[in-house]
Amino acid sequence: MRFSEPFEQRFQEMASHYPTRRSLLVPTLLYAQDEVGFLSDEVVAEIARRVELTELEVRNVISYYSMLTTQPRGKYNVQVCTNIACLLMGGEEILDRCRLKLGIREKETTPDGLFSLEEVECMGACCWAPAVQVNYDFHEHLTPQKMDQILDQYTKKGTERRR
Amino acid sequence: MADVNLTIDGKKVTAPAGTLLIEAAKSAGIEVPSFCYYPNLSLQGACRMCLVKIEKMPKLQTACTTVISEGMMVTTDSDEVRQARKGMIELLLGNHPLDCPVCDAGGECELQDMTFSYGAAESRFIDVKNHRDEQQWSPVVYFDRPRCILCYRCVRVCGEGMDVWALGVQHRGVSSTIVPNQEDHLECEECGMCIDICPVGALTSGAYRYKTRPWEMKHVGTTCTHCADGCKTTLGVRRCSTGTELVRGDNRDKSGINGDFLCIKGRYGFDFAHHEDRLHQPLIRRNGRLTPCTWEEAFQLTGERLRQIRDREGGDAIAVIGSTRTTNEENYLLQKFARTVLGTNHIDHHRTADYPALVAALAGHPKLTASMRELFEAPAMLLIGNDPTRQHPLLAWQIRNNVRLHRARLYLVNAQPIKLRRQASSFFAIPAGREAEVAAFLAGQDSAVAAIASETSPEAWIRWRDQLRREPKLVVMFGSEIRGDAVASLIKFAADLPEAKLICLGDYANSRGAADMGLYPDLLPGYHPVTEVGEFHKDWGGVPEKPGLSLRQMAEHAQAGKLKALYVVGANPVEELGLDPFVFSQSFVVVEDLFLTETAAIADVVLPAANAYEKSGTFTNTCGDLQLVKKAGEVTGTKSDFEIIVRIADAMGVAVRKLVPFGRGSRADMGQSRGAQSGEADRHSVWLEARGLEPKMSPFDPMAILDEIQRLVPGYDVSRLHLLAGMDQHTSLSGSGPGTKHDPSAIMPARDDLFSSGTLGRYCRTLNAVLENGHKLAAEEEVAAE
Ligand code: SF4
Ligand code: SF4
Ligand code: SF4
Ligand code: FES
Ligand code: FES
Repeated sequence: MRFSEPFEQRFQEMASHYPTRRSLLVPTLLYAQDEVGFLSDEVVAEIARRVELTELEVRNVISYYSMLTTQPRGKYNVQVCTNIACLLMGGEEILDRCRLKLGIREKETTPDGLFSLEEVECMGACCWAPAVQVNYDFHEHLTPQKMDQILDQYTKKGTERRR
Repeated sequence: MADVNLTIDGKKVTAPAGTLLIEAAKSAGIEVPSFCYYPNLSLQGACRMCLVKIEKMPKLQTACTTVISEGMMVTTDSDEVRQARKGMIELLLGNHPLDCPVCDAGGECELQDMTFSYGAAESRFIDVKNHRDEQQWSPVVYFDRPRCILCYRCVRVCGEGMDVWALGVQHRGVSSTIVPNQEDHLECEECGMCIDICPVGALTSGAYRYKTRPWEMKHVGTTCTHCADGCKTTLGVRRCSTGTELVRGDNRDKSGINGDFLCIKGRYGFDFAHHEDRLHQPLIRRNGRLTPCTWEEAFQLTGERLRQIRDREGGDAIAVIGSTRTTNEENYLLQKFARTVLGTNHIDHHRTADYPALVAALAGHPKLTASMRELFEAPAMLLIGNDPTRQHPLLAWQIRNNVRLHRARLYLVNAQPIKLRRQASSFFAIPAGREAEVAAFLAGQDSAVAAIASETSPEAWIRWRDQLRREPKLVVMFGSEIRGDAVASLIKFAADLPEAKLICLGDYANSRGAADMGLYPDLLPGYHPVTEVGEFHKDWGGVPEKPGLSLRQMAEHAQAGKLKALYVVGANPVEELGLDPFVFSQSFVVVEDLFLTETAAIADVVLPAANAYEKSGTFTNTCGDLQLVKKAGEVTGTKSDFEIIVRIADAMGVAVRKLVPFGRGSRADMGQSRGAQSGEADRHSVWLEARGLEPKMSPFDPMAILDEIQRLVPGYDVSRLHLLAGMDQHTSLSGSGPGTKHDPSAIMPARDDLFSSGTLGRYCRTLNAVLENGHKLAAEEEVAAE
């Protein structure tokens, strides 16, 4: 199992920050997921080895955090907040719209592999509710129409790159 | 540590600083309910059952994580506290299936008890319960998720206690669940610790589930019959059509040397007792075939033939092979029978450790052996050879947990990267077969370093030895790799240390007892040479003084046509030691065993024996800890080896009282009036009298022989009261005879693994199921890899 050079550099650096190897686990998982797309069996085994934990312990942690996944996701992971502020400002409608537009339900991925959908708890963007996070980018003050446009933009971006 | 004073429920309590409040309360006789708290495991603070009121603290506090402090005022029972506990139970029962009527834990479930004591009869939950089907994780471990109360005891005991880390918690909050390491199944040591520690019926065992209700069983605490560590196991027994059936083994009685621990063999390895191949009737060879007969016929034939052969050919024509799984009383009786009745010193057993060399080397060094309990407290431990995790599971548990809980130092020397190296402060790998050189080097022979310094430099070895020499209290453990002169070297090294003690590792439940009781051709009980006329000669009225034949020599003797009779008690030398069965074709062979083993198959008479769970007596573990063996089950058609030996002696026309000191009155009147004893006081009654013991009334009472053992075998005169109370008593080798040097090649290690146990193991359903499951999984993996 090989990771990219920047990953390795980051890992080395982090290793010098923490007193024990196991403390490296969560950031390493995140970076690995960013790079590979999801935490495959192979990634889990490799990270377990590096941080000196059993694979089971690594899986326990992965299962605890909803942002970590052992299943491949779409290129764009659409995370719709339906926690209190967003809920009051129409988060449910945004979620409905995404379901309709993408033709998938939560935790599913579109057949072209472009999108996956997730309902999430508060992301700290309450002031700009309702909010949606796509990968690491925030989209705020949404309406169903705006949501459509945003999804269209991502579709365009995703298919262009592919060509 | 300094003491701290506090008040709990108005009681003044004093406890060492650092004590947890829940323990301080317990020491004052106040019970604080708890689920997740478990002594000697890391603190969890998960269940919140232990909430108590502490003055000046704003909210209720968890007694299991609070360390006591000076002047603390604690209330463990008030309306507020009771309300909190009730609330906790209501939450726990929120999704609990309440299938107590069919749950294995019903009747001994902590959740049931707590609900009864602190809970409420009503619940405010009206939601539909979230059901999950039970899962089988291994042949041993089953999981019923809705019953789980997420106390994490199982996760911690498997990780911290066993160092297996096979259980985990996944997801979060109400969706949290216990998971096995291989997604849908377990790959682990199958010890069942997780099952026993589970406060509810979420983890259940394949061996016991849905078999009975706890209150239908009688619980008998006895000693494990498998390896040489001597765990106390509690057997649950129930009446059945063929006698009493063993339905469960567990660790409900934590008073044994093993504390919380049992391995798979002690917990589930009892089912051989009810194996369908178990013999229920004596067999006699008629026209070349083994045919069922009555006990009377079998005793008559055996007694008559043995007497004839002895009278015509002399004792030299008879040999006896003893067992490493029969009790001390049986072993003692067997060799006494061989020597005084059959008139032969041809007696031996499957030797797995060089105890006589240990005794020889210990001469003049009193109190140099460590008990299993002492090991757990020792600040430093040295282990040369062996792989305790697989061969001595309890010993490994003691070592691991001594390191974890007491920060003991573990020095390991091994040819294999054994699992215990994870606990070791230093691990020195050596080339295979060089353990003796390590011993020589330790004893000061510097030139030996060349043979062992392959991976570690000679300088490092010297530093290591210097460090060991500075250890104020060291327990030295060694496997069968260390024999003969190497044992002497180790003891030379240990004797120069301020307070070193030794543990010599044999392999079977009573390997040590077999050695101590003199199942040797040249050694009497207590390692007294047969050649030296002493106590035993006097007491028994004569013992043949010529050393007898070892196992191998017996076979040669038989081949040469000089062995007319062979009497085998609870051993299977044909299979275990590779003895050629055909050499015994000219001998009259009598075998006592549970099954028609490879050895029994060549016998002329086969006598169905009871196993260690079906009789009483004592075992000595490999450390020398003497423990009680208590009768739990009973299978019709079998007899204890003790009774069988006595009955054969009787059939030979012997005055049984000479063999077993039973009944009242002077023994000089019991057929000994003209022997060596005549005119002397009856030493046995004098001894009994001095200890306030009664003579035993039955010739089949092993206690009668225990009397004689305690009287004559050095080191065994331990407190009878404590022994009978179920406590382990360390026997010392210091008063023993001189021991001897044997041919080191006579030692044949058993090579048992975690899931095997000699011939007995082959008849354990649970052990076999685990082995087969392992093979199946390995095969599947291979297919997947391709
Ligand atoms: S049986 Fe023993 S090793 Fe296996 S999961 Fe349970 S505690 Fe761990
Ligand atoms: S399975 Fe049993 S021991 Fe393990 S967490 Fe659940 S209730 Fe506790
Ligand atoms: S460690 Fe040995 S004595 Fe203890 S339960 Fe296992 S086999 Fe029996
Ligand atoms: S509630 Fe949606 S971001 Fe806080
Ligand atoms: S026993 Fe204290 S929180 Fe569980």
